[in-house]
Amino acid sequence: MLWVDKYRPKSLDNMNVHEDIAENLKKLVSEQDCPHLLFYGPSGSGKKTLIMALLRQMFGSSSEKVKVENKAWKIDAGSRTIEIELTTLSSTNHVEMNPSDAGFQDRYIVQEIIKEMAKNRPLVDAKGKRGFKVLVLNEVDKLSREAQHSLRRTMEKYSSSCRLILCCNSSSKVTEAIRSRCLNVRVNAPKEDQIVNVLEFIGKKEGLQLPVGFAARIAEKSNRSLRRAILSFETCRVQQYPFTSNQAIPPMDWEEYVSEIVSDIMKEQSPKRFAYSYTSCLCENFTFIIRKIIYISHCGDYFNFGYQPDTHSILFLEVLVVHRLLCIFCIVLCRLFQVRGKIYELLTNCIPPEIVLKRLLYELLRKLDDELKHEVCHWAAYYEHRMHLGQKAIFHLEAFIAKFMSIYKSFLIATFG
Amino acid sequence: MAPVLQSSQPWVEKYRPKQVKDVAHQDEVIRVLNNTLETADCPHMLFYGPPGTGKTTTALAIAHQLYGPELYKSRVLELNASDDRGINVVRTKIKDFASVAVASGQRQGGYPCPPYKIIVLDEADSMTEDAQNALRRTMETYSKITRFFFICNYISRIIEPLASRCAKFRFKPLPQEVMGSRISYICKEEGLNLDDEVLSTLSVISQGDLRRAITYLQGAARLYGSSISCKDLINVSGVIPPEASEALFFACKSGNFDLANKEVSNIIAEGYPVSQMLDQLLDMVVEADDISDEQKARICQKLAEADKCLIDGADEYLQLLDVTSNTMRALCNMPEDFTYEA
Ligand SMILES: Nc1ncnc2c1ncn2[C@@H]1O[C@H](COP(=O)(O)OP(=O)(O)OP(=O)(O)O)[C@@H](O)[C@H]1O
Ligand SMILES: [Mg+2]
Repeated sequence: MLWVDKYRPKSLDNMNVHEDIAENLKKLVSEQDCPHLLFYGPSGSGKKTLIMALLRQMFGSSSEKVKVENKAWKIDAGSRTIEIELTTLSSTNHVEMNPSDAGFQDRYIVQEIIKEMAKNRPLVDAKGKRGFKVLVLNEVDKLSREAQHSLRRTMEKYSSSCRLILCCNSSSKVTEAIRSRCLNVRVNAPKEDQIVNVLEFIGKKEGLQLPVGFAARIAEKSNRSLRRAILSFETCRVQQYPFTSNQAIPPMDWEEYVSEIVSDIMKEQSPKRFAYSYTSCLCENFTFIIRKIIYISHCGDYFNFGYQPDTHSILFLEVLVVHRLLCIFCIVLCRLFQVRGKIYELLTNCIPPEIVLKRLLYELLRKLDDELKHEVCHWAAYYEHRMHLGQKAIFHLEAFIAKFMSIYKSFLIATFG
Repeated sequence: MAPVLQSSQPWVEKYRPKQVKDVAHQDEVIRVLNNTLETADCPHMLFYGPPGTGKTTTALAIAHQLYGPELYKSRVLELNASDDRGINVVRTKIKDFASVAVASGQRQGGYPCPPYKIIVLDEADSMTEDAQNALRRTMETYSKITRFFFICNYISRIIEPLASRCAKFRFKPLPQEVMGSRISYICKEEGLNLDDEVLSTLSVISQGDLRRAITYLQGAARLYGSSISCKDLINVSGVIPPEASEALFFACKSGNFDLANKEVSNIIAEGYPVSQMLDQLLDMVVEADDISDEQKARICQKLAEADKCLIDGADEYLQLLDVTSNTMRALCNMPEDFTYEA
């Protein structure tokens, strides 16, 4: 078992961090009438641990006997039937699920499945002390507006038989109306010294010798994510034990990858290469780009996504728009083709695009002059927003990189001539 | 089993007014509805306003008071966003219900029982425009035997032809005194004691949303027992402490990007909601007297843009960083346009 799971506190009584929140939660569920709860906070801050411990507090150890079910639901939506697959994790008293997994069909999950579950009273045996069951919904910030609306009345109407525990990263993305129906519980990321405590605690349990300052170095690199700190602690243990005081803390491989991308982007930017006249490049590369686009739209597997024939024309337009943008910076383009491969690889490894973009920004900000930082962070925000409006994240990531390269280039020219 | 279930309701439900006259502050609509109770006459209605101001409560209360528990099921159809309300449902379920004739009006068991049915469409702003359009005919055709109650937060999401067929009532955020008296009532029932200062803090942090106020109150009561202080309430409500937003503002003034970036990262790690941070930043900027109007305008424009982006689902860290950088440039009189943008 991974240490992250092995050392996850099971009850509210032995939390290593967030003791205060745990204490409060305990009081909150001491009576039958606790309100719905909304847990929010950055990832890796310990929301899940708190929720699981809370369930245990409510229902005793029966909440740990969970079974995983993957069920296909047939939903009758008037003219057609929709099939949705959903994985749930349930015990006798609670059901946990991730409704946003259903993507744009998440509304049906809320309207049909969740409502149905909320409606049915739990089977209360003589010993059972709760008159309600609990539905744990993860990642509610990823739910569509419609799905969130659909939750509203359900939360009120069936509140005597069911409590909702909602969990999300950013509460700004949860509508006002939902927030107004819950008691909001903020779970902050643990501070570095708290992380150090946890690491030392684990070290002791595992019988490890920690050199001075070793835990602190891991904590510092963890970006205040406890999960991440414990993971890299375990990696260190696997890589080399006994620890040495100067042992390297391995970064995540994808992060290393991003930093390679960033040095790629910045390497090519020597002003000399910009000696081409703008216009000649433009003409030269334009035909090339068009040819490329035609190729893409014919072969239909841009990035091996396996497009359907009718999406070609849309794809064509999308590509055209992005490439029009790009061809203004044609030198940039060649570089970009190489960088794209790397970005694409990150995305296929399931690193969420906004995380990639934030990491890119982080690396860039470390290397840039103050003067440029404002400009670059603005465009990062701009393209990340566009990413949510558009369909294919990779286009916007590329657009951001292209933008950056052109800005950086003008900056170099202005500074070094 | 029944008594246990009774007490397992959260306070918001426990203290939901059962009668129209108990709904606080929404005098206009109450007057009209009281009239309805007497004359049994009622137009189509449209209730709109922010969350937790009593819209659903009022609609359900009047329906119960008109028909009583026996007829309620057969006379009232309540559909909310948790029901599928696509165009198909409008054409079938709603139309079927609307077209059923009802016995002529006779008081039964002390209830007025007017000769029409009521269809309550709660959270109507989540209905598609098509579905709303499909409703127009139904509304007109069966207007003799069916009344519609639309309930929504944003009236602009209801298509004009529907809205113009209804008597519209805006549900106002509850002012401090009203909220105070309702909360005091609950406190008495639950055996809590709050002093005036705490009451007014509660009203301020819940911003006219009574449901929120009740939830905070219950939370605080569970956590801190029967005497509750302002600080307890602030803890429960999760509002951002002023120090956090001040630190950010200070970093903006300093003109040091890295410092500001660190503040932003810290805010995100602490888990403060960025939308709320933007609100607080706005307050600070507007109230500051050492900032010129032009600077204020520059800052506010960006705040508005970021708010919109957040609603579209943009990343909180990036948006706040962008706002912070923009604020810094405005405060330190750096040029508005970027230098190197092509
Ligand atoms: N005017 C009011 N008078 C008395 N209680 C109120 C009033 N407004 C809200 N409440 C309390 O808040 C709770 C929620 O109110 P209600 O369901 O009517 O809100 P709503 O206006 O329908 O909000 P939403 O737009 O989120 O659906 C009620 O259960 C009640 O306890
Ligand atoms: Mg309502």
